Amino acid sequence: MKSFLDIKGVHHAYKTRNGPLPVLEGLDLEVPKGEFCAVVGPSGCGKSTLTRLVSGLMRPDRGAVVLDGQEVSSPRKTVGMAFQNPVMLEWRSIIENVILPLEIVAPRMPRAEREARAEELLSMVGLKGFENKRPSELSGGMRQRASLCRAIVHRPDVLIMDEPFGALDNFTREDLWQTMRDLRAAEPFTCVLITHDLRESVFLGDQVVVLTGRPAKTQYVLDVDLPADRTIDVLYEPKAVEMLHLLRDQIRIAQGRDGEMH
Amino acid sequence: MNENLQKIVVPLTAIVLFLAIWELIVQVNGWPNYVMASPSDLPEAYAKYWKLFFTMGWQTLWRTVLGLLIAVVVGTLLGMIMGFSRIARDGLYPLLVGFNAIPKATLVPVLALLFIGQHDFNTVLMAFLISFFPIAVSVGIGLSTLEPEYRDILRALGASKFTVFWKIALPKTLPEFFGALKVAVTLAFIGTNLVEIVSPHGRGLGALFKSGETNGDYPLMFAVLIALAALGIVLYYAVVALEKIFAGWAERPAH
Repeated sequence: MKSFLDIKGVHHAYKTRNGPLPVLEGLDLEVPKGEFCAVVGPSGCGKSTLTRLVSGLMRPDRGAVVLDGQEVSSPRKTVGMAFQNPVMLEWRSIIENVILPLEIVAPRMPRAEREARAEELLSMVGLKGFENKRPSELSGGMRQRASLCRAIVHRPDVLIMDEPFGALDNFTREDLWQTMRDLRAAEPFTCVLITHDLRESVFLGDQVVVLTGRPAKTQYVLDVDLPADRTIDVLYEPKAVEMLHLLRDQIRIAQGRDGEMH
Repeated sequence: MNENLQKIVVPLTAIVLFLAIWELIVQVNGWPNYVMASPSDLPEAYAKYWKLFFTMGWQTLWRTVLGLLIAVVVGTLLGMIMGFSRIARDGLYPLLVGFNAIPKATLVPVLALLFIGQHDFNTVLMAFLISFFPIAVSVGIGLSTLEPEYRDILRALGASKFTVFWKIALPKTLPEFFGALKVAVTLAFIGTNLVEIVSPHGRGLGALFKSGETNGDYPLMFAVLIALAALGIVLYYAVVALEKIFAGWAERPAH
């Protein structure tokens, strides 16, 4: 299938006092339309740089980020972003937080229409009845749910998530994986998820991309051959366990610890 | 006790207690008025000069508020410049700190010579000069410490710098801004009175204090001090009320 997001040979280095610090060196990524790509790698390997490149907040030194046949050179209205920090605006209610991107992307959309769209998403993630609460009145998991709604409220064609579930406890995290799965079933979008949780990458991903340590390049791509409507139980089945082992080995290689006892 | 009633009764009791202790100290020591007037001397002074208190109080009030408004505008602008530009921050900070360190009383003769006879102008200018610093610093720090994610959720959609400022940076800075405004309002009030007291032929409560001193009317001097305190409290709580309206969200519910 033709890929929707195409990252080709991307090199990027940050300028520091001690000269350039290369973070990406030959990163390749191909995500077909509507697919979910999970990116894993050792910590500090430049995964967050990837989010800034795909969102157009930054341009690579070399190589290209191509979205829907067009090279990404500046921010576009059709991108959604979610971070580990839910980034809730405390002075706005939950529904007003979710509406925020529409104020930028569709300033002429009638208020009622915006609210209807936000309410639809909030009820999908189980936040019906919390629309007019302040973010500080919600738990961390609920804030992250609201943050996901905000990331896709304007129907982006690509959603970029940078460890969105990283700060949550395990049970809440698994709840949110299922929420994410349900959102994808309801709303088509291409997704890049940056994570350090291998179970998460296998549960949510259609493909898992393993990056090398810094400077990062693509080391391994795993096709996750599991049904789209998978449940958490799938993770305990032999097929998934095998994938997790394989990914674990790849991470070990990425960390440069291949020869170590394990 | 009812919580709202408590909010009124407790501070009122504290004020009455304060006045009682003051009265007691003066009575016990047998101080005459020219050493220290007692609260029981004050009603007479208010009754005698109430018209002056109103006209002079108004003078002090509008000059303070005008000076503070200018300080808000200029302080916010300076804060924005420092918050958005590293170079501006490095360049302006030492200048501002140095300026803030100058005792403002030393500026009274400077201003008086620069703008001879412009009493209103000088007073407002001093209220402004003494009070813009905390506002500039708080806005500057608020903007420069904005977490990148907050900027990115809008920047990634192609929002302009101004939109990011208006929708995110500005409201996010409001709690710090009001914290600074509470300091600034008191400073502006001090600045106004400083000029009113020191400059000749002045108006305002400061000038009324000065005339009490010149005429040996000691109860009047103390009456002015109390009036100043009362006006200061009113101004302060006006800022608190504004804070409740515009930054009430920052106050977490008590558990």
